[in-house]
Amino acid sequence: MGIEVRGMKKAFGSFTALNDVSFTVNDGELVALLGPSGCGKTTLLRIIAGLETGDAGAVLFDGADASQRSARDRRVGFVFQHYALFRHMSVFENVAFGLRVRPRADRLPDAEIDRKVHELLELVQLDYLGSRYPSQLSGGQRQRVALARALAVEPRVLLLDEPFGALDAKVRQELRRWLRRLHGEIHLTSVFVTHDQEEALELASRVVVMNKGVIEQQGTPDQVVEHPATPFVLHFLGNVNIFHGRVQEGKALLGPLAVEFPDHQDREPRTAAGYARPHELDVSRTGQHGGGLWASVQDIRTSGAIAKLELSEGEGSLIQVDLGREQFERLRPVVGERLYITPRRLRVFMSDAETAASPIR
Amino acid sequence: MPPEASLKPDASFTTASLPPASLKEPSPAPPARQARIQQDPAWIRWGLTVIVLAVVGVLIVIPVVHVFAQALAAGVGVYWNNLFNDPDTLHSILLTLTVVPVALVANLLFGVAAAWAIARFSFPGRTLLTTLVDLPFSVSPVVAGLIFVLIFGRQGYLGPFLRSDGYSIMPYLFSFLGVALLLVAYQLFRPINRAERRGVWNYSWPVRLAGAAAVFALLVLVQQYFEIWPRNESLRIIFATPGLIIATAFVTFPFVARELIPVMEATGADEELAAVSLGANGWKMFWRITVPNIKWGLAYGIILCNARAMGEFGAVYVVSGHIAGQTDTMPLRIEKLFQEYNLPGSFAVASVLTLLALVTLVLKAGLERHGIKKVDGTAPGELGARERHGH
Repeated sequence: MGIEVRGMKKAFGSFTALNDVSFTVNDGELVALLGPSGCGKTTLLRIIAGLETGDAGAVLFDGADASQRSARDRRVGFVFQHYALFRHMSVFENVAFGLRVRPRADRLPDAEIDRKVHELLELVQLDYLGSRYPSQLSGGQRQRVALARALAVEPRVLLLDEPFGALDAKVRQELRRWLRRLHGEIHLTSVFVTHDQEEALELASRVVVMNKGVIEQQGTPDQVVEHPATPFVLHFLGNVNIFHGRVQEGKALLGPLAVEFPDHQDREPRTAAGYARPHELDVSRTGQHGGGLWASVQDIRTSGAIAKLELSEGEGSLIQVDLGREQFERLRPVVGERLYITPRRLRVFMSDAETAASPIR
Repeated sequence: MPPEASLKPDASFTTASLPPASLKEPSPAPPARQARIQQDPAWIRWGLTVIVLAVVGVLIVIPVVHVFAQALAAGVGVYWNNLFNDPDTLHSILLTLTVVPVALVANLLFGVAAAWAIARFSFPGRTLLTTLVDLPFSVSPVVAGLIFVLIFGRQGYLGPFLRSDGYSIMPYLFSFLGVALLLVAYQLFRPINRAERRGVWNYSWPVRLAGAAAVFALLVLVQQYFEIWPRNESLRIIFATPGLIIATAFVTFPFVARELIPVMEATGADEELAAVSLGANGWKMFWRITVPNIKWGLAYGIILCNARAMGEFGAVYVVSGHIAGQTDTMPLRIEKLFQEYNLPGSFAVASVLTLLALVTLVLKAGLERHGIKKVDGTAPGELGARERHGH
């Protein structure tokens, strides 16, 4: 089932949680709502589920307005951040709950409920734990019980609030892989909320990046990583070096760096900043390419596949450069030496009007 | 070497300022509490223990034992006679056993409603309501009793009305309660999915209200036709059982709510919301999720409420009027027998009240142990996870 959110607004007192948010989720998609805490992503998810009501705007399921329908009429599977398992019920009864509370007229016979719950517990690979209580389960197991419980009512949409937030790194990895496989099997329209960009990029077919109650960008993981629409997206999706300066007459002058900037042809200068990720910077001992800057090496950390260099430009601002193993071996930089930095790629955003251009050299 | 010279005083300063205890920190220290017991000198430990035991003995153990000793001083036969062959005493026991359950049920309903409202909703006046719930704790029971005398008494605000034809209001009151219950039940039992709402369940709000009005009128007419309520008689609240119930309910007002609010706040609304999103209606959510989660708090609140209600003296004293065999509850009866120099009789009733209190105490202790076990079973996972990853 497709979901459409139109012009959703929500305020808690003077705090604006959502400010005119609109987006769509196509049938069978797995979409991530990504943003820092307090950006309104969980509120948005709860509004879709009907656990919260928006101040303005509408939620449409398959084109039909669902805003007036209560949570129990929406047939939405919701997985809570801390799972909200019923602590006084066994795992089996937790999963069976949604089937048992149906009105008598269309309640399944007990044998049928039994069969279905076992089927679901098998799906989440927990059939052997049916008689345990939530307190006796590990975090990852609880999370899967919560998922089985949500799937029991045959929801048309699956909504997950920080599904892996409360788990340790290894379990998180496994569950992530498992959830992606599961989604591949059942093709249920799913939306999940996360503040972990890695999780969003790895799992989702589309990512909606939110900040302060508005959507900054939405697109495939590739699109948001390669073509970030705003400085915020750029910041949020990884480390980035910033070069402050101004744009004027089609050129961006950022300290010692200068690049073409065709979006601003006026003579009137405007403040701007250039952004380059650590792996988008080249370093060499000779300044032969030009268009770069000299900086002295402050710190070198070599761990794993990449070497992380910290260079200082002289005015105190640190520049981070990631070098591949081979490149690092070839160059062998030492602390204190001066190296020439050239950006392979620099994205320039004017600071007041956030227009983007990414000249590639 | 200047740098070292400047460093040295600093280093010695820090070492000197540290208490010796914290220097030993790295060595495996015993748990803090054990360490404290060992550090306190023996005379403090023994002194405090003896003082506490003496106070408990003088103020609690001796009086309780004394009550039973006095009651049984003249033999079991006299004790039995004092309790069950004095009609006024017997009536006072029965009256207490009538008043207390009614007040308890009223406070149970109110307590759950108040706790729900305070723990689950945010509305203007929520803090004020939380404070007001506690009011009966801080108001003197005598003042509370006087308030009710002022409202319902002969010279009170509602006095003239109640006196002229007090019972005329009862059909309306009861019909209103009946209709309110019907509307609540309608809302609770309505099918979840719109598609399944057939017949009665599809009525719109105006139709429902019209139906409610019709039921109301019908109930009123039926009550009047059969003359269920007496005519031309004043409805007595003060100096009668209703007054005792109101006064008792007022004084024990906060117990259930106060027990439930923290329990419900700790449990959070997530499980309830999960139940709703899984298709449960309000009724099923309440009975299958909310009640199991709050049942220990609820039982605890009821027990405390019961203990207080049975022993209530001040407020009841003011509204009762001490009509022997009519409005004397057990505490009032004890006082009256005592004033009449009927010490064995007085102590006999007191022993029954004390016995009820002891039963309550045992129940409470049992519940607490059970409750602790219960919490130990669930808390490490659920609450622990919540703490670690709380918002």
